[in-house]
Amino acid sequence: MKTMRARLPKDAASLALCADRVAAALIASAAKQGIDLQLARTGSRGMFWLEPMLEVETGEGWRAFGPLAPEDADAIFSGTSTKALGPIEEHPWLKRQTRLIFKRCGQIDPATPPEFAGLKRAHEIGPAVVLEEVTKSGLRGRGGAGFPAGIKWKGCADASAPQKYIVCNADEGDSGTFADRMLMEGDPFLLLEGMAIAGFATGATKGYIYIRSEYPHAIAAMQKAAAQFDALDIEIRVGAGSYVCGEETALLESLEGRRGQVRAKPPLPVHHGLFGAPTVINNVLTFASVPAILEHGAAFYTNLGMGRSRGTMPIQLAGDVKHGGLFETAFGLTLGEIVNDIGGGTWSGRPVRAVQVGGPLGAYFPPSLFDTPFDYEAFAARDGLIGHGGVVVFNDSVDMLAQARFAMEFCAIESCGKCTPCRIGSVRGQETIDKILRGQSVNDNLALLRDLCDTMKSGSLCALGGFVPYPVLSALNHFPQDFAR
Amino acid sequence: MRAAPASYSDGLAAGIVARFAGVKGGLLPALHEIQATFGFIPRAALKVIAKGFNITEAETYGVVTFYHDFRLDRPHGKHVLKLCRAEACQAVGANALAAHVKQKLGVDWGGTTADGEWTLEPVFCLGLCMIGPSAMIDGDVHGALDANAVDALVQR
Repeated sequence: MKTMRARLPKDAASLALCADRVAAALIASAAKQGIDLQLARTGSRGMFWLEPMLEVETGEGWRAFGPLAPEDADAIFSGTSTKALGPIEEHPWLKRQTRLIFKRCGQIDPATPPEFAGLKRAHEIGPAVVLEEVTKSGLRGRGGAGFPAGIKWKGCADASAPQKYIVCNADEGDSGTFADRMLMEGDPFLLLEGMAIAGFATGATKGYIYIRSEYPHAIAAMQKAAAQFDALDIEIRVGAGSYVCGEETALLESLEGRRGQVRAKPPLPVHHGLFGAPTVINNVLTFASVPAILEHGAAFYTNLGMGRSRGTMPIQLAGDVKHGGLFETAFGLTLGEIVNDIGGGTWSGRPVRAVQVGGPLGAYFPPSLFDTPFDYEAFAARDGLIGHGGVVVFNDSVDMLAQARFAMEFCAIESCGKCTPCRIGSVRGQETIDKILRGQSVNDNLALLRDLCDTMKSGSLCALGGFVPYPVLSALNHFPQDFAR
Repeated sequence: MRAAPASYSDGLAAGIVARFAGVKGGLLPALHEIQATFGFIPRAALKVIAKGFNITEAETYGVVTFYHDFRLDRPHGKHVLKLCRAEACQAVGANALAAHVKQKLGVDWGGTTADGEWTLEPVFCLGLCMIGPSAMIDGDVHGALDANAVDALVQR
């Protein structure tokens, strides 16, 4: 009997595209044709317009087929498939990337512990040198705020306390982002390794991963991996549908079993974090960036990127885009390159009108700003943010007044209620936009809306109320015709 | 899917609470387990939870009602359809799809059909933003939906 090694993703997105039915058809078809099919179920490579995508081992490396439906199975084994994509490593979309975080994702069994080369080197060089390497690498928090990871870790290492914690923020609530989910489902051990390195460097002996409840597949994969991991004691905790719990202090409150209400800072979590103890809290991608930094050294990492944004960022392309998926690359590509070149423009074929970068609190950019490089400071200079790296493409049918209204509505639904600008401002913002929609004192209400945004921006306790003006004001500034009545 | 929800008793709730009361920050895991057992958080359980965690009933109520996931005294239908309302899905027609689903089921967000079969819930992002509009039905994910696809799913 001929043996054939193959892999097919089982991440949530592939499953949503019926990957399990494809797998069943492949197994049945192989059996019928006398082939011993060894089908591994992996994470995704991130090319979702080709999912479910099968990879088959041949004499000349792995060859891909996709997007597959169950009825495509027979032709693959008879060599007549019209879904053949050729050698996967040569695929231009993959070849153009610099994959550090997602290097293994899609190629490995997520439930089998790999070699921990980064952690091994950390143990060789000792905690002080690890802190130095992470600081020198220029790694910044990938959750959105972009705070230097090395400085945060050093703060926790310097604090003296009987118990310290490593907390991973896996509450990936931003629309248009799915990198955390993909990593946890496709390479959970990389995240555990990064957290263990953080624990080693700071003297923290207990870790928590707070995963949103909307990610049941990621929760299962992380639980399976954590049970086999002994370099740090890590517990998986599940959120309960609150967006604001992605804010680090609200997340800590939630972990402690309370309402997810934001804490005033200072004190910072590195001094007074989980259960009052010094705590490093970072996003999934921040921790997952660390093993490569340790393995290859800080200089290797700093050589990638631009300005103060060093290393790689998994850009997530979503919405009305032809090539939706995850593209990990060094900082510095322009927004136009990302949307048109990598994303291939819209999936619908209609012209691009707006691109929201950085989730529900990110600005809407028109194509006239497509020369903006993907970099924390460059986006900030144009009143935007890169956030967690989500890029959502809208075609010319989008109504920007409706999008501005949605931003306020979302903020009202998700506000933790602690500070007035966010709690009341978001409701008033929604009402004011409704008045503009109805043509009621339009100019006065536009002025009022801007004034309200100003108050929310400077007066809110956290980024929810503080950043919701970004989508609202960018819609107003770049698409004023949608507000004219 | 889990087995059918158990009917409520203080003893059953107290047993769950006892398993988590000693866990640091164990209230959310306990609430998840109570909801998984009974299908929702029965109001009667608040007293039992408060006692087990040594907090006030008011505080327990505050925590339960803060989180969208916890259904205080609101049993759901036989199936729960969570439809994504977030921006990436909006960009590919989620608003029109939501209007269609509401009409088809005859309910608004949070509502349960008269026959008790379906509860419609909004969800803000399932991380399936590149294959929207997306939805989750009883824990199973579905992508690239349109009106026909959803109709087929709710008619099964």
